[in-house]
Amino acid sequence: MEAVHEHDHSHDHPTGLMRWVTTTNHKDIGTMYLWFSFAMFMVGGVMALIIRTELFQPGLQVVQPEFFNQMTTLHGLIMVFGAIMPAFVGFANWQIPMMIGAPDMAFPRMNNWSFWLLPPAGTLLVLSMFVPGGSAGVGWTMYAPLTVQQGMGMDLVIFAVHILGMSSIMGSINIVTTILNLRAPGMTMMKMPLFVWTWLITAYLLIAAMPVLAGAVTMTLTDRHFGTHFFNAAGGGDPVLFQHIFWFFGHPEVYIIAIPAFGVISQVIPAFSRKPLFGYASMVYATASIAILSFLVWAHHMYTVGMPVEAQLYYMFATMLIAVPTGVKVFNWVATMWKGSMTFETPMLFAIGFLFLFTLGGFTGLVLALTPVDVQLHDTYYVVAHFHYVMVAGALFSAFAGVYFWLPKWIGKMYDETLGKWHFWLSIIFFNLTFFVQHFLGLAGMPRRIPDYSLQFADFNMISSIGAFGFGLSQLLFLYILIKAIRSGEKAPEKPWDGADTLEWTHLPTPAPYHSFETPPTVK
Amino acid sequence: MKAFSRLLFLATAMLMAGLASAEYQLNLKPAKTALGEAVYDLHTLVMIIITVIFIGVFGFMFYAIFKHRKSVGHQAAHFHENTTVEIVWTVIPVFILIGLAWPATKALLEMRDTSAPDMTIKVTGYQWKWGYEYLDDDVKFYSSLATPRDQIQGDAEKGEHYLLEVDKPLVVPVGKKVRILTTANDVLHAWYVPELAVKQDAIPGFIRDTWFQAEETGTFRGQCAELCGKEHGFMPIVVNVVSEDDYKIWVAEQKSAGGAAAYDPGKTYSVAELTSAGEAVYKAHCVACHQPNGSGMPPTFPALTGGMISTGPIANHLDIVLNGSKKNPMMAAFGAQLSDMEIAAVVTYERNALGNSLGDSLQPGEVAAARK
Repeated sequence: MEAVHEHDHSHDHPTGLMRWVTTTNHKDIGTMYLWFSFAMFMVGGVMALIIRTELFQPGLQVVQPEFFNQMTTLHGLIMVFGAIMPAFVGFANWQIPMMIGAPDMAFPRMNNWSFWLLPPAGTLLVLSMFVPGGSAGVGWTMYAPLTVQQGMGMDLVIFAVHILGMSSIMGSINIVTTILNLRAPGMTMMKMPLFVWTWLITAYLLIAAMPVLAGAVTMTLTDRHFGTHFFNAAGGGDPVLFQHIFWFFGHPEVYIIAIPAFGVISQVIPAFSRKPLFGYASMVYATASIAILSFLVWAHHMYTVGMPVEAQLYYMFATMLIAVPTGVKVFNWVATMWKGSMTFETPMLFAIGFLFLFTLGGFTGLVLALTPVDVQLHDTYYVVAHFHYVMVAGALFSAFAGVYFWLPKWIGKMYDETLGKWHFWLSIIFFNLTFFVQHFLGLAGMPRRIPDYSLQFADFNMISSIGAFGFGLSQLLFLYILIKAIRSGEKAPEKPWDGADTLEWTHLPTPAPYHSFETPPTVK
Repeated sequence: MKAFSRLLFLATAMLMAGLASAEYQLNLKPAKTALGEAVYDLHTLVMIIITVIFIGVFGFMFYAIFKHRKSVGHQAAHFHENTTVEIVWTVIPVFILIGLAWPATKALLEMRDTSAPDMTIKVTGYQWKWGYEYLDDDVKFYSSLATPRDQIQGDAEKGEHYLLEVDKPLVVPVGKKVRILTTANDVLHAWYVPELAVKQDAIPGFIRDTWFQAEETGTFRGQCAELCGKEHGFMPIVVNVVSEDDYKIWVAEQKSAGGAAAYDPGKTYSVAELTSAGEAVYKAHCVACHQPNGSGMPPTFPALTGGMISTGPIANHLDIVLNGSKKNPMMAAFGAQLSDMEIAAVVTYERNALGNSLGDSLQPGEVAAARK
């Protein structure tokens, strides 16, 4: 504990609201990222429930088709850019400095700015519903030329995406610089906790991918208003060009979301298995390979646009190759649990839930990688089921595992273990009720993004909608658990998890002080 | 937690029983083409492989969860790498993938071989209907949703083929290789018929192709699979596969019926004649946006009842139907899609029905004159 200095810093920073507006402290900013993400998760969740309410039975009951399309669009954008990505940036802010023995992020003021760009962007997305014509009803993929037909809601969405991209790029520059320059003496790259490694790789992916998305939406904007024809064949453009640009961003984006989730899981599973992570080096190499491959497979999202068959073959083989490093990661996690001494507190339950269901999502990914099969399943509910297994049971469950795991360190209080377990079991049951049946809908041929469907799909849609409401309500329990822990949680022991061995657990008191590692620890 | 897990088990058991008692479509629909069968078999193969791996990997995991837990007194081992094992589980998946890639490549090469077709049909996606053009037989028509709006709104009982029925299905002969050329008029669409194992995006300004060869006669239904705006869920595809003889009879019928769109240039049609002919055109082409009663969905889709254009000068009304709107990209140009007679009828209908009663009419000859 010699690295900690209990200075009283309360005199040199503002209190109340101004504390949060002006803060440059990585812990404050991490907290704001996490709460912002949770708020957006609720907003996007309500949109999902509107979708599932309309799909509860055949016929149009609750909303009109154009509003339905706006809901699918905003649900996707808000969950991806507003909920999941900021959640993991929140983890990065809290954890990276503590895990590498740094006093703060490398650029604290830019860190403040990265966060404070998010609320305006989120507001723009929500606001777009209230302009004439409503928001964009184009899907989160924003394919041209449907985007050209939209009202001014589309412009607000484009502007929001620009701002979100700026925030992500600045956040990533900060993370890369912090990791490369502020590690404690003795912490070589190959001694970094895996969570730090995964974020280093993710940050590079973000810096490479986000400008591409910014380019795609800017071209959409100029096609809409300034007379360009990037995506209009009549002017010499090509609508498919948009898809290539979008997915050159969009596939790495999948891993931008998944890789930090791998990082969290790689901390949690060893801690509760009381055994070091199996195959640390191969985990690092597998993560890096996945990241590189992610830039080489984008057109597997476009098997039905009519590419030359040679291109389809290449994308099929390259996509199948991703199964190899992903498999290595899953085998490593299982091998970490093998012959451990496991306990099953809430973080471990969510980590196992992640491992089980993310792998299922990976398997359906292999099914979809096979071009002839994908041609049948493309743009059906099978794809919807597949990516929710990766995004919800993958990224979201990993975020839950991370919150339960690090909450004692952050606030110095314990969450209610019984309620945490309820949260896990309710989430996993209702998640599967919602999404497992969507595989069947997709196999039977139900297209995605439709507000109404033929009678053959009625039963599974009803089951799925019931599951969705159960899942949504279960997340209110999560909010209650958090508030209860913050307000009246039991005092956390110094090290609540036996197997946790990273610097924040071994070198800092619980809760972590406002300023930590002002003198770096020495790592042996 | 004991009581809770018992409850969990009970709930799961009830759910499984419920699922087993009814007939549910749990797999790909059985294909009606040889290529579709290859796809079906490929899917079965990959499902077997992933099921075996799934059971293997999670067999280990659950064994560990039950045996290597602290509560049964298991002490943690300290190993954290094993080069042999790591190489083995990197190399074995590579071989499995190669085993999968072989049949997948075969099916894909077959799927994309559109050479030597027996006949070719050009499919055009419109917001929101399909246009079919038989390039060899000189037959051309539009195919739009036939499900009445009151079924969608819940005011009438839904029929057996709710949302999967059209006014004019695509008709093809059995056992012939049918090449489908896809394109679109406005935004992206995708032509998707699951049982024929066909899905091909329709891209405005470009032509793509695919093919199928139905093995048996029957009616096969599909839908647009690429988000194309508000009526994306309401542009189904119906393919009638018939015997070669029936197909020939059908083609002959189409050619003789082709004259229906013609008109008598010497005749002046009455308002009543045009209005009654216009109702069908309105229902096929206008109703999705302007609504059955003409109320529209402002601001994007203006009302026709008392509307600025539909009750204004008739020349402007004709112009917007013929050439589309310059201000609102949602109003398409129908000049290329509809005949002179159809445009005259629908314009007259809009001015003398839907709560409007201007009493004026548009003659097909005037439409022809305005086209130039």
